[in-house]
Amino acid sequence: MIFVGERINGGFKDIQRAIKEKDASIIQRWAKIQSDAGADYLDVNMGAASNKIDDFIWMIETVQETVEIPISIDSNKPAFIEKAIKVCKHPPIINSTTADKEKLDQIIPLVVEHNAGLIGLCMDKKGAPQDVNRRVELGATIFSEAIEKGLSEDRVFLDPVTMPLKFLQEQADNLIEAVRQFTLLSSPPPHIISGLSNISSKAKEMRLINRIFLVMCIEAGLDAVICDVTDEELVNSAITAEVILNKHIYSDLFIKAYKESRSK
Amino acid sequence: MEIPDVKQSWTNPINEVTIGATKEEGGTRSHTITVGGVNTLPFLYFEGNIPHRPVIAMEVWDIAPPGWPEELTKYFSDVWNDPGKWAKKCVDDFEADLICLRLQGCDPDGKNKSADEAAQAVERVLKSVTVPLIIWGCDNDEKDNEVFPACSQAAAGERCLLGTITEDNYKTLIALCKADEHKLIAESPVDINIAKQVNILATDIGLAPEDIVIYPSTGALGYGMEYVYSIMERGRMAGLTGDKMWAMPLLADIGKEVWKVKEAVAPEEEVPGWGDYVQRGLLWETITGLVYLQAGTDIFIMRHPKAVKELKKYIGSLVKKSS
Repeated sequence: MIFVGERINGGFKDIQRAIKEKDASIIQRWAKIQSDAGADYLDVNMGAASNKIDDFIWMIETVQETVEIPISIDSNKPAFIEKAIKVCKHPPIINSTTADKEKLDQIIPLVVEHNAGLIGLCMDKKGAPQDVNRRVELGATIFSEAIEKGLSEDRVFLDPVTMPLKFLQEQADNLIEAVRQFTLLSSPPPHIISGLSNISSKAKEMRLINRIFLVMCIEAGLDAVICDVTDEELVNSAITAEVILNKHIYSDLFIKAYKESRSK
Repeated sequence: MEIPDVKQSWTNPINEVTIGATKEEGGTRSHTITVGGVNTLPFLYFEGNIPHRPVIAMEVWDIAPPGWPEELTKYFSDVWNDPGKWAKKCVDDFEADLICLRLQGCDPDGKNKSADEAAQAVERVLKSVTVPLIIWGCDNDEKDNEVFPACSQAAAGERCLLGTITEDNYKTLIALCKADEHKLIAESPVDINIAKQVNILATDIGLAPEDIVIYPSTGALGYGMEYVYSIMERGRMAGLTGDKMWAMPLLADIGKEVWKVKEAVAPEEEVPGWGDYVQRGLLWETITGLVYLQAGTDIFIMRHPKAVKELKKYIGSLVKKSS
């Protein structure tokens, strides 16, 4: 499982304040907490806190001064991505591109050049998909463009667009079916990722919904997630799901084994 | 037609484990032996790095072994009352890479030798040969825990490979390894999950993963060999893809398993049609060794000098000249 820590995001009030006041300590604290919790990547997103590229670069550099974990560059602006990718110490993932041709043409060469990974969001100018087929069609478009332009399967992350259960209940099941079909795109298949917290947006029992939905997606073939990595029950559930699917060798202390295997 | 590229890339190399310490390193060995370090499956030189060749330890006991067949006694009965001489013969005449001293004499159901006597045997072997040493207990937990402190101390700083720890008995030996700077063999009963569990338990109380060699038990040809093979293969692949609790070198105890099966030892008059038993036992050990070699074994423990020679020859034919 690839865990991407979601917390360094201008949508959170403390991060918003950190960006506005250039308070590195708040960002460093979240970098450390998520790193200790076992994140494989740290997502960095300015949200609406700023629209200045310098602020974004400052955030990334602040994270990199604190931990040695690669960054997930969370921006939909190609100009930002282009600058940010250059300051990354470790190959980052780009979060994200849509399936629009001009976007793919702009972003994929950057990803190839910097040995990065790419999250392909299964939507386009016409909006978010409302059914399984549209998701798979958009996913296949991104995947084939990426491969054609020189990315290998293991650097492509397809994101079938997670929507709130509370408002778009039927989309959760559609998403799971799309995940299942993505696994058939190639052998080995691309990574499949979800921005998990969207599923429980505005709901009660957020953690329970996140956890069960993640486990169901893993069963369908999902192998990466942007989530609250400090939610230990969530992380342990994901690890357990992978053990049940025989992706890791069982031992009585399998949670510990998984975590120790990743900490160097 | 284009031939497809079948190379796989593995993300996690297997740990290197170094056995033996030279004078400069605080021991008395003439050289050290390092195993592991691979980042591909056995002998796939086109795919990855294989920095060290598999090695063969020959078995020496602290007593004259009762019940060994004529095919073995004829090589060792002149020296087996002295583990030092026995070890020397294995190194000088049969080119053993290491010596595995098995403290079978300490078995409470056998001669029940004392810890001091065991330590003396260790000292004898260390004085007689300069190759690195494996020290194996008598496989009785209680007695091993009594005997090993003296043996570990007698070989302090020599970076021996001590064995074995199991899921139920690991604390004493780990403490000794840490105190006297030895390496450890982690044993499990043909069980991929328990193999992992022992390593987690061991590292949890402070043993470095780089100090561990995995012994997943050994089955002779015809006696569960394929089970162990599949465990070694799956475990090694897990190690190569990031499971740190399986990213360790592998050990196979070949001689002990082979020389107790009927096929290796029964004389021809007892089993007409099975062929010359001199050849049969030798072949049984060689073939069992060959299979474990393909499974990824890094350290072999063997008995028959000619089987050792054959396996070495075969390893030589597979190892790339430059390595």
